[in-house]
Amino acid sequence: MVKINGLFVDVAGKTLAEYLETTTYHPQRIAVERNGEIVPKAQYSNTILQDNDVIEVVSFVGGG
Amino acid sequence: MQTDDKLIIGGHEFHSRFILGSGKYSLNLIEAAVKDAGAEIITLAVRRANTKEHENILDYIPEGVTLLPNTSGARTAEEAVRIARLARELGCGNFVKVEIMRDSKYLLPDNAETIKATEILANEGFVVMPYMYPDLNVARDLVNAGAATIMPLASPIGSNKGLATREFIQILIDEIDLPIIVDAGIGRPSQACEAMEMGAAAIMANTALATAGDLPMMASAFRQAIEAGRKAYLAGLGRVLVRGAAASDPLTGFLRD
Repeated sequence: MVKINGLFVDVAGKTLAEYLETTTYHPQRIAVERNGEIVPKAQYSNTILQDNDVIEVVSFVGGG
Repeated sequence: MQTDDKLIIGGHEFHSRFILGSGKYSLNLIEAAVKDAGAEIITLAVRRANTKEHENILDYIPEGVTLLPNTSGARTAEEAVRIARLARELGCGNFVKVEIMRDSKYLLPDNAETIKATEILANEGFVVMPYMYPDLNVARDLVNAGAATIMPLASPIGSNKGLATREFIQILIDEIDLPIIVDAGIGRPSQACEAMEMGAAAIMANTALATAGDLPMMASAFRQAIEAGRKAYLAGLGRVLVRGAAASDPLTGFLRD
């Protein structure tokens, strides 16, 4: 299982790009961190998600 | 206003001295707020993306406005650095407002962690604008760490209480050779104006607008107050008498004797 934004998801073995295609995230409006390291957009398609990975998918929101 | 009166942050030039927050109000009001504030910089936060939310704040911010992501939510320098890197990866420039709080009641910034994060991020090429509790020694450390501006708080964040730290902000303005941008706690245009008269380089406000009756109108009021305060500072304020009085009228030519 892969922990994505705090929830366990059964996507180990898929690439990050394949996972993101199954979601409604706007690809140009997100940034992704894997185990504390930024994943550049160019590497989404060759980043294979592994068991116990911790993924954060973030975007901008209002703030002061 | 002098047209050559520019605010320079990390080599970028701005004419507006009003940094607008975007929190706690409707996305639909952002465009009007930016326009009526005359703002050229708007702050944002970084949070876990919501798959159910199709509206993105970036779609509501007018072209040409510089985005200033903050590191809110960070409790340590390490977390702030992570958030800043994610913000930069979102592809909207390299400005960051470092904001580190480990106290959830008063939301006071952790100055020591802020210095650490500022140094790391400045070394990575960020334009770092640290939010801090106004302390001259800390401000000097932030300068040495590579900060682009110093952002002291006026009073507790979101309180609208005004310039509770007035004397200490004045010390920063007098001693620190970077733009001093008063951030947090400014609740009224008159308070923003006063900070600008003191020589602050700019004002950052969010809650004062978000909790106002008419947000765009209040944005306009702040803009005018900030411009008035800046103009007064540039003009040089008149002196204050310690005691007594001084007539403005001629002291000769009375209609008697």
